[in-house]
Amino acid sequence: MRLERRERVPLSLVAVAPLAAIGVALLLAAGLIAAAGVNPLTAYAGMLRSAFGSRLALTEMLTRAAPLILTGLAAAVAFRARLWNIGGEGQFFVGALAVAWAGHVLLPGVLGGPLGIAALMLIGMAAGAVLLAGPALLRVRFGVDEVVTTLLLNFVVILFVGLMIEGPLRDPLAFGWPQSVPIAAEYRLPRLVERTRLHVGLLVAVAAAGVVWLILARTVFGAEARAVGHNAAAAGFAGVSLTRTILGVACLSGGLAGLAGAIEVMGVTRAVTTTMSPGFGYAGIVVAMLAALHPAGVVAAAVFVAAVFVGADGMSRATGVPSFIADVIVALSLLTMLVALLFTTHRIRR
Amino acid sequence: MTEVLALRNITKRFGALLANDDISLSLRQGEILALLGENGAGKTTLMNILFGHYAADAGEVEVFGRTLPPGRPRAAIDAGVGMVHQHFTLAGNLSVLDNVMLGTEPLWRLSSRRRAGRARLMALSERFGLPVVPEARVGQLSVGERQRVEILKALYRDARVLILDEPTAVLARPEAQRLFETLRGMTRAGLSLIFISHKLNEVMAASDRVAVLRGGRLVAERRTPDTTAAELAELMVGRRVSRPVREAQPRGAPVLVLDAVRAVVAGETRLADITLTVHAGEILGIVGVAGNGQSALGAVVSGTLRPASGRVLLNGQDLTGRPARAFVAAGMGRIPEDRHEEGVVGDLPLWENAVMERLHSPRFSRFGFVRRGAARAHARELIARFDIRGAGPETRTRLLSGGNMQKLILGRSLAAEPAVILANQPTRGLDEGAIAAVHAELLAARARGAAILLISEELDEAVGLSDRIRAIVGGRLSRPVPAEAADPRRLGLMMAGVWDEGEDAGDAA
Amino acid sequence: MTEALDLLTSASLWASVLRIATPLIFGVLGALICERAGVLNLGIEGIMTMGAMTGWLTVWMGADLWTGLAVAAMAGALLGLVHAMLTVPLGLSQHVSGLGITLFGSALAYYIFRLVVEVGESPPTIARFPRIEIPLLSDIPFLGPVLFAQSAPTYLALVAVVVLAWVLNRTPLGLALRMTGENPHAVEAQGLNPALIRIGAVMAGSALMALGGAFLTTTAFNSFFPEMVQGRGWICIALVVFASWRPGKALLGALLFAFFDAYQLRLQTVVDGVPYQLFLMAPYLLSILALVLVARRAQVPAALMVPWRRGER
Repeated sequence: MRLERRERVPLSLVAVAPLAAIGVALLLAAGLIAAAGVNPLTAYAGMLRSAFGSRLALTEMLTRAAPLILTGLAAAVAFRARLWNIGGEGQFFVGALAVAWAGHVLLPGVLGGPLGIAALMLIGMAAGAVLLAGPALLRVRFGVDEVVTTLLLNFVVILFVGLMIEGPLRDPLAFGWPQSVPIAAEYRLPRLVERTRLHVGLLVAVAAAGVVWLILARTVFGAEARAVGHNAAAAGFAGVSLTRTILGVACLSGGLAGLAGAIEVMGVTRAVTTTMSPGFGYAGIVVAMLAALHPAGVVAAAVFVAAVFVGADGMSRATGVPSFIADVIVALSLLTMLVALLFTTHRIRR
Repeated sequence: MTEVLALRNITKRFGALLANDDISLSLRQGEILALLGENGAGKTTLMNILFGHYAADAGEVEVFGRTLPPGRPRAAIDAGVGMVHQHFTLAGNLSVLDNVMLGTEPLWRLSSRRRAGRARLMALSERFGLPVVPEARVGQLSVGERQRVEILKALYRDARVLILDEPTAVLARPEAQRLFETLRGMTRAGLSLIFISHKLNEVMAASDRVAVLRGGRLVAERRTPDTTAAELAELMVGRRVSRPVREAQPRGAPVLVLDAVRAVVAGETRLADITLTVHAGEILGIVGVAGNGQSALGAVVSGTLRPASGRVLLNGQDLTGRPARAFVAAGMGRIPEDRHEEGVVGDLPLWENAVMERLHSPRFSRFGFVRRGAARAHARELIARFDIRGAGPETRTRLLSGGNMQKLILGRSLAAEPAVILANQPTRGLDEGAIAAVHAELLAARARGAAILLISEELDEAVGLSDRIRAIVGGRLSRPVPAEAADPRRLGLMMAGVWDEGEDAGDAA
Repeated sequence: MTEALDLLTSASLWASVLRIATPLIFGVLGALICERAGVLNLGIEGIMTMGAMTGWLTVWMGADLWTGLAVAAMAGALLGLVHAMLTVPLGLSQHVSGLGITLFGSALAYYIFRLVVEVGESPPTIARFPRIEIPLLSDIPFLGPVLFAQSAPTYLALVAVVVLAWVLNRTPLGLALRMTGENPHAVEAQGLNPALIRIGAVMAGSALMALGGAFLTTTAFNSFFPEMVQGRGWICIALVVFASWRPGKALLGALLFAFFDAYQLRLQTVVDGVPYQLFLMAPYLLSILALVLVARRAQVPAALMVPWRRGER
């Protein structure tokens, strides 16, 4: 049995692949649900209800999807250029922290309303970009593998956030759990649907997906980034500056993850805590893979992952199946998607 | 004489390609059989089947009277067949002894018998005249030394039949001579040898019998003393596609100048002191055995390697240290050594590869956005003008055949009518038809007044195309020799570093 | 200041260095075996988590400590098998597959843990590996308490270093493994199967990684809790590069790192006014620094992360 490369990649296969991957993941996870003594079908029905079954459920799920779209885009952009950005979690947090600081200390009274919101988003992006620029520079200058450096920085950043919100950025009015100073009220993102948590950040995220698509598919920078990701030697020969391209990709990717943190603060939490991310950065990687690194697919994949998490929360309360089943399903989806992607580009021959 | 090896009716397909078509061949005790054929004739596939890397679709292999189970190198090794691969199967980070002893002891053994192994290796090394240092790290050995290790690997396993795949591809003439003497010594010691080659002169000089493969078929077998190089050449190529002929023409002003260029890669000096000039309307050919600085020279001229010292000038403009994009903009057309690795990004569509070098020019981009219409139109032009077959602008470039890919690479450079062209191994791995097409384009560019720097390992090509020839040895260039004065003997000496006194660095011919 | 220096001479510091180093030693050796054979195993964090959980769970359900370690090792080997099947025969991205294994291993470990321990409950404790005081030797001043009064798994880790060094450098199996990471074609040309060697190496390496995790629950602490691995797996990946893929240097790296960790813990008690987070950050930042320092001279196994497919030359 051999793997043989296909000549053409039929678009239908690429569209079916994530569905097949998710299906297999759900099948495997069903075994674990059964081990908890619960009928998997009941559990999955419960998940669907908790994620889609009411206006509240739907808006909660979409609220969760917004930052996932952005961290998914961050991972997709980086992976397209073969820059293994695993630091989405850390970039999310520095973006959030920067926004909290600027939204409380720097901007109030200086820039009002919409302009202030826009400025805060840019500040969040800048923070994320700078954080990833470090490992990117280490890679192009010293050949240091960015997987480990971005990962380790995640831990450093979480500690740094803790340090900040227990120290200089501490909210003196908060009792109990430590949190940062909140952003000024004028910078809170308006709601999309009344009496729900769904905020404008979702529109920002979807718009970002469009912009990323435009950049990758239509600009010179995007073409060069894709070329570097496929074959860095040939791209270099053709005159593409590897350093500039990698750094540019790092700024874009880090910026997107930082923006995720920004909108989460401005739209949902108002202030920064060390527990405000249920793994948005890491889940973003799964989102990117499920989307086969296509910006359009990222939106759909983010909705899926958000639905799994929100659905599992609700289902867990009802049935007693540990909510970690969501993490299991998402992780399995990553692995099954990898295999599914292989079958879009190769076929099996005897 | 006894028959030690027999291949009977071997057939092998790769998808639609019939690599070996019902081939039957035998090898007798103590003889040297040469397997001759062009690139893609099926020689390496046949030997890979013999050694067990591939399993044949039909036919069988008999060694010393016993049929070998297909597809298992272990069976071939145990039967006494050893293979010296063209691309050495050595690990650079490990020692010579490590490389030799791999796979010779059962894996469950608790302690490797290294002292005994070392002694055995040294005994073989002495017996066959292949000096090696067992503790040396293979990565630091020269190509000739590495080949010795490959040969010793086979001898260590008591090989009685040795297959050598293009053994002199990476050796200079004197080393090649030495190798053939060693091989003769081996046959006197009882071994039987097959060597694969596409070099006629070596086949004539070193073999007892010749088998000629063409298009996957065995077209002829001859006893070497009974045949001539001319006959073999005809058999090898069949209906000869005639290569274009260069006509003498006066050369113009100097266009490309390298002045005392020194280049360092990974801590090693690859170019020591290169000074050369290429004039408009001439082809300067650089010949040499692989590994003497050709890659570095190509990289410096294409703008992908910054010289440690010295200057690179194009039409008087100093391009030293400028990025590759500046070279292209200044009028340099470049054909890289390895089209798959450096030439194209295989997963991108043809039109993106066609314009990748020029993306920043106003013709193909505006305000940072790619002008897709213009790019696609350009790709269509290239396809038409350079006869690129089997593809449209949207085709994944990976799917093009070698010849068509090379035409694309050539075309995208030539279409801009560059003042200088770097052609680095432009016909490597191509069939005769594609070679002729590439040569025709290069000569046409020369006729239009382009200055061409040709780096080639194929002497025929260099002599046929170049106006002047220089040899590169150890990162230095010999004095230029006009093509008319370049006979095989003189070229061989030049490529081996035997230059007349005071004959380097200058460009006075 | 003098208190900070005094710490350096305390035997208890150095004894804890060896203790803290133990999971790192297992982890680095495990990652080393995988990478020497040519496969990057980023699943280490998840495998260590799984090893920690299964080790604890097995013991809590009534088995003895050694059985707990064995089960943990098997769990690690199984996760390694998944990673190996994805990356070797299928040739998928080693980066992404490894990340998937880490996410899956952690998720699965936490899920099973939650099946057993409800939210809000504190996890049941188990009886840990006791410290073994080797008679006579443990009475030697300073060296005694440091080297000869450690727990069984720590001794096991040290033995593993020696055994691995021997196997890699002095046995035919080790040579075949090293060669697979340098030039799999050479291995195939000798009639061996590089795919099988890689799969076996990844399984063995993953088993060691899991042992590192199991040490945490059976010796360092006495129960399992989420987030207990705390990035040790990633630090091991950095340490492998730092160790130039050699077991002896790996031991050194792990000890060096553990020293900084142990020192930093004690420093917190004598130094005032510095936020504890800065101390905790030090290990991660040091690992990054180590990577930068070695990056240029790294003699990476030549076929690391290069997939090998039969017949493709």
